[in-house]
Formats: sequence, structure tokens, C-alpha cells
Amino acid sequence: MGTVPRTTRVKVPSLAAKGAAGMGYAHTKFEKNALSSSNGRTRAGQPASARTGAPAPREPGRFGVYGGRYVPETLMAALDELEREYAKARRDPKFQKRLDELLRTFAGRPTPLFFARRLTEKLGGAKIYLKREDLLHTGAHKINNCLGQGLLVERMGKHRVIAETGAGQHGVATATVCALLGFECVVYMGTEDMRRQELNVFRMRLLGAEVRGVDSGSRTLKDAINEAMRDWVTNVRTTHYLLGSVLGAHPYPTVVRDFHRVIGREARAQILKAESKLPSVLIACVGGGSNSIGMFYDFLDDKKVRLIGVEAGGRGDALGDHAARFRGGSPGVLQGTYSYVLQDSTGQIALTHSVSAGLDYPSVGPEHAALRDAGRAEYVPASDAEALEATTLLARTEGIIPALESAHAVAEAVKRAPKMRNSEVMIVNISGRGDKDIGILRENLKID
Amino acid sequence: MPLTFYNKPGLVAYVTCGDPDLVTTRAIVLSAIEAGADVIELGVPFSDPVADGPVIQRASERALKQRTSLAEVLTLAAEIREHAQSTGLIVFSYLNPILRLGLGKFCKVARAAGVDGALVTDLPVEEAREYLGAMQAHDLAPVFLAAPTSPDARLKRIAAASRGFVYAVSRTGVTGQRQQLADDACKLVTRLRRVTKLPVALGFGISNAEQFAQVGEFADAGVVGSAIVETIERNPGREAAAVGEFVRKLLARDRQPSASGPLQTT
Repeated sequence: MGTVPRTTRVKVPSLAAKGAAGMGYAHTKFEKNALSSSNGRTRAGQPASARTGAPAPREPGRFGVYGGRYVPETLMAALDELEREYAKARRDPKFQKRLDELLRTFAGRPTPLFFARRLTEKLGGAKIYLKREDLLHTGAHKINNCLGQGLLVERMGKHRVIAETGAGQHGVATATVCALLGFECVVYMGTEDMRRQELNVFRMRLLGAEVRGVDSGSRTLKDAINEAMRDWVTNVRTTHYLLGSVLGAHPYPTVVRDFHRVIGREARAQILKAESKLPSVLIACVGGGSNSIGMFYDFLDDKKVRLIGVEAGGRGDALGDHAARFRGGSPGVLQGTYSYVLQDSTGQIALTHSVSAGLDYPSVGPEHAALRDAGRAEYVPASDAEALEATTLLARTEGIIPALESAHAVAEAVKRAPKMRNSEVMIVNISGRGDKDIGILRENLKID
Repeated sequence: MPLTFYNKPGLVAYVTCGDPDLVTTRAIVLSAIEAGADVIELGVPFSDPVADGPVIQRASERALKQRTSLAEVLTLAAEIREHAQSTGLIVFSYLNPILRLGLGKFCKVARAAGVDGALVTDLPVEEAREYLGAMQAHDLAPVFLAAPTSPDARLKRIAAASRGFVYAVSRTGVTGQRQQLADDACKLVTRLRRVTKLPVALGFGISNAEQFAQVGEFADAGVVGSAIVETIERNPGREAAAVGEFVRKLLARDRQPSASGPLQTT
């Protein structure tokens, strides 16, 4: 499509299309759906007219009109290399076998699907199940992607890994995998996030990673990504950028999504076993959107399953007070990808706020933007206060302290479950555990 | 034909517009032109300049404190054009401010302002289809970056999409000054020569007369950015005069008129 945001269908430049031929994995069921509807959108709630349409145009890294690859020229060759290597790895049974084994023996997969009996009774309504990604090694879903990309780094013969981190969970998972596989590791983190996620900073250093504080902009995740990209532009020949969410230039949104699909794949089989039916609703929080896309993906064809993404509603509706991209944002390009962005009238990126560092980011994964435009997924905000309240509730009804990010998903469950029938089932993804947030929880909850 | 290098090496001078304010930027640019700059890159400040080193990051922050916008940069371009008919004017921006203004509107206003072309840092050729169409429709020259990491096949595409000149990035990395110009630079220019007859301007890391003269040994022009921006930063109150002195010093060694007459660049 070139550069310009359009609601019309993407035209495929011939050379890009040629490149797409070897990229079978990028053309998933949803992407085809989005592209083969006449105007690139489907109406809310309506199944995409996919299967009846003409063969979908093939453009790598596009989700509807979103996605793409907007980076300085210096990085293009490295993105091509990653794309090629990933395509090969996907077809290599040895790669898959090694990844599966590490997920099982090192990370602790599969994670349980837990019926939250007391929470269900308290809210009165839908049966609530929790997908326990918080039980994974390092305390969050992030390890799924880090193990996958770590094995790709080995294949590419690189020895230095850089990463950004917001809440520190991706940084810890990256540092862990680098220790496991023997890579040098540098993690960029905003100094504001270093302050509020102090424990994770120490964990990364204990694991042998160098944590570099970033003091520009809002000193949070966005600024950490800027700095990681600058490092990558400089050291691209020796370094892999282990991006931690479904953000950035193609092929990252696809690669990261694929490594997290295991969440939804497991959950789908587990709920069918437990309830002999599919859930009515899936709920997951959305910062960049990696845990949510991983949860949603294997349910995309189950049209009766409603997919709910929860953004950070922060402390108010004004620009700068939240990170609800689908409420206050508009399409734009940030850090390599075309998606919804919180920005001002001249195209400068807005500052954001959330009590949760992992959701505090002004853009969102491009596939979420496409799912939203197509009406396949819905996105709602939960405020700081609601997330804090949900944390206490889950701790006291189920004995689970969720990460503040995941608490946003719980907050939506609190609003939604009572309006649903007892016969209905919902799954809430508990993407991480709350140990890292103890400092913020103490500041905010006043229960000492 | 303002996008023409009359001297070898030509000087492409970059400034971040609105640093410290637009009135001063205007004076700085006119001073650089008077001192011998062939082409001016009007940098549009952006909140998240991923391709820039600390010097230009700081300049962008200062310019954004003044709320400098792309629309204002285009107005500034028109004012500069009134005073400098034969100097090339290139808008140098990240993509998002252009998208926000609207690609068509950007090209239309830029053309009306007397701008000759644009370079969009985070827009590789693969994503540039509509951009190229709009630029062509308004007779503006798209300038693309070529990097030491670009394989030959990409260089061909980059050269084919570019007009005016090709901007060769001397090394991997962000903008900023370096002690030495890397071997990368010379090799890249040699590879570009095989695929294009367009002039090649070399940038990233050129900060003194010696390096600038060295660039002339293999490239058609040198781009100087961070060193100029740093001169502005260090001389509050006399920015324009300081940049004029800096440019004169940079060009102190004799430049030759371009061997086969002015290099036609479009």
C-alpha cells in the first residue's frame, strides 16, 4: 500500500508480493479475511466474508491495512534475515521439537486452566476460568517468545541480544534466556519504569544482563524501544533485537504472535475438556498485545467466542492520562509499524499514563488494530483504580496476586461476568504474577 | 534547477527547524547558504527520533518545546525560497508527521513553498508506493537512504526510486559525529556507482573540513548535520553567525566546480 493510511484495500506492490511468496506463515486465516472483504473491513460482529472471496492478495506483514515495515534503511537487511530464518525454522521439526521441550521442561508448560470458584460465586454470573500464565518460569507469558527468539538467535549465529522492557517481565525473560543459551544481554528500560519495577531490575542484573536506563521522553517503554532501536541500528551485524511484543516492523508482530499462540491452543483444549464447550468470552489485557493475541488467535475462527482486549484507562480521558489507543488514538506510524497511535494534531506521539508499566505505551500491535476494525475483537479500558481493586479481589477470593497488567483483564471480568448467564463460560488470561508490583501496590493500597 | 551540486564536493547542510525557534532557524539557514551550502535539509522535529543520535535528539526536544510543526516548517521553506532561488531545499522528516498532515496535502504545500524534495527517515522503498506517486504528481524529488547493510539488489531499488541524489549512510548507526569515516562509506559509494548515475551524497559522521574534503574524493556531496546542530546548541544568541563561520571553515579547502558542469540531479 505504500505509506498512507487508508480504509481501502491494500494494493500490493509487485516486488513486495514476490517477497511474500516464501512467507506462507504470514497469511493466516484472519489476514485473508480482512483483505478479501471488499473494503478491507467487515462490519462489527459480522463474520468476515473471507471464504467466498477471491484469493487474498499477499503482502507480508500486513494485517488489513496495518503493520508493515517503517524503519531506517540500515535495519532492512536484518529484518529480511530474521524473516528468512524464521520461515526456515518454522519448517524445521528439530527447531519445533527443541522449543517444545524447553517450554515444557524449562518454562513449565502447559499452564493450568483454573476454575475460579469463589470469584464466580462472588460476582454471580458466568463461570470464570483463569489461564495461569503467571505460573510460568520468570512469572509471565513473556518467556514463550523469548525462548522462541532465543533459538532463532542461535540459528542466525549472533551472540549479542538487546531488548526493551516496560514492567521488566520481558527484560527478565530475555535475561533468563540469554543466561540459558549463553548470549550477551543488554536491556533498555525507562528510568521511570526502573523506579517502579525495582525488583525486576535487580533480577535482570542477577541473571547477568546489563540494564541501561533511558532518560528521554516519558522515561517508559516507548523510550526504551527508541534506545534499543538506536543500539540495533549501530550493532545490527552482530546483534539481535529480541522485541517483546507484537509490535515493531514486520516480521516481529507475526513472530511474537506465533510464539504465544500456545496460550490459546492450550486454553481451547483445556476448556473443551473441562466444560465440553467453548467459552462465550475471552478477556486479556493489551499493552503491545502479545498475551492477548496469543490467547485470541486459536479462537479466531470460533465466531461465537467474543474476544475482549483491555487497555489501560489510566487516571482519566485526557490525552496523556491513559494508554487507551482505541479510545483516544488514530492510525499512524510509530517504531516500525502502522497502527493506532496516541498522538497530537501535528503527528507528535503523546505521553501516556498507566499504573501498570507493561500497558503504558502509545501504540498497539497492528493485528489488534485489524481485529478491531473488522469487529472481530473489542477493546475496552480499565482504569488504574479498577485494576488495583481487581488485584485485591483476586488475591482475597482465589489466593492469586495478578500482575497489574493482568489485573486490568480481571477488572473487565468483574464488570462483565454478572451480566452473563450462569451457563456461560469466560476465560481470563492471568498473563503474569504480581510479585514485581509489590512496591506500587503498597503505595496505592494502604493495607499495611 | 535548485537541486544541483555546482561544486564538488557539494555541501548538504541539515538543521532541525524550530531549534531554538523558527525565526532563528531562518537566519541560520540563510547564513549557511551564504557561506556556500548547496542543499539545505529542513529537519522536522519528531518526538521519537529513532535514527538520531543525542545531538539531534536534544535539538528535536528544544524544537518541540516551541511546538514546531511540519506545517510551520513548510511556511519557513517558502520564506527561505524567497531569499535563495538556486539552493536545494529538502524536507527531512519521520513519516508520522507527514501522514498526520496528509500525504497529498504535504506534497502540494511543499511544492507551493518551493521545496525540491523530501527524505523520510523511516520509510524504506518497499512501503513507499503511494508516497512516490504523490511526490511525482507534485514534481518533488524523493531522496532515499542507502546503508552499508543494504545488499546490491536493494541498492538498485533505492536508486531507481530516488530522484535528485541518493543519500549514502556512511556507517551503521545513528546520526552523529565520528573521528573517522569508515571503510564502509567508500565501499557503499562504489557499489552505488554501479547501479546509478545520480549524484551520491554521503552523510552520518562528517564534522570537519578534513573529513569533508575526504568525502569529495569519492562522493559528490557531503551531508553535515549533527556538527551544525551542535554549533547551534553551543552558541546561544549568535547561532546564525556561528553556523556561517562553521560552514566557511568546512569549505575552506578549495572546491572544484563539478567536473562536467553542474551535476544535473533530476
